[in-house]
Amino acid sequence: MTAKPILTRRRLLELGAGTVFITASPIKSYAAQSDLDQARHTLFGERPIQDGRVTLKLPPIAENGHSVPLSVDIDSPMTETDYVKRVAILSPRNPLSLIAQYHFTPQSGSAYAAGRIRLAGTQTLEAIAEMSDGTLWSGRMETVVTLAACVVL
Amino acid sequence: MAGIRLAVPSPVHQGEIIEIKALIQHAMESGFRRGARGEVIERNILTRFECDLNGTLIFAADLHPGVAANPLITFHLKAMEPGTLTFTWTDQNGEIWQDSAALEIT
Repeated sequence: MTAKPILTRRRLLELGAGTVFITASPIKSYAAQSDLDQARHTLFGERPIQDGRVTLKLPPIAENGHSVPLSVDIDSPMTETDYVKRVAILSPRNPLSLIAQYHFTPQSGSAYAAGRIRLAGTQTLEAIAEMSDGTLWSGRMETVVTLAACVVL
Repeated sequence: MAGIRLAVPSPVHQGEIIEIKALIQHAMESGFRRGARGEVIERNILTRFECDLNGTLIFAADLHPGVAANPLITFHLKAMEPGTLTFTWTDQNGEIWQDSAALEIT
């Protein structure tokens, strides 16, 4: 009887099928607008959100989605009685909608925060700020991402 | 791990709004990447940043996988009293990194 070859035609087919299975079942790597809506609902409930007072700044074109500079500035006097409590940065396209949340106090002087974030593609980011009186304000900025994070290993 | 770099202007005038920068070396592994063999690389991120002045919280940030590696956080502070600024980072397992800087007022 002849020795069984290590790589038979059948074995090769099985390997092929396995690879297809792995590629076809990735962990969820994109979100949709509905995920953003859900994240917004989790954070702020059903309260009305007004446009304005929040200035979200991002580069119009981000060459590298792994690190995109972002800054958020909220128009507020920042006194003991009237200040910004927190601001949430939300993405409609990242695997997780909530990117970061910054908390301020009256000692902050001005409601400004900046950082670097990951973006999984061209999208319009949203920043929602909660004031000390409970009102919500939002600002938006679109950025074109040439090299997306998450897609590249 | 954990190289921390802080930028705190000092001395500053009383009432001046100053810009503070805090950077920490951390991979902020998102948990969405795959390794060379297709295996998922486990999530390992910092989840919280806090800045205290003399024990009073003045600024905090909740960090999620969407924050880039080696997070740099810039924020403002109205300099009213001198003291020690303490910067604290906490990761998903509760491990803590801390550094402090003096705030001098002229």
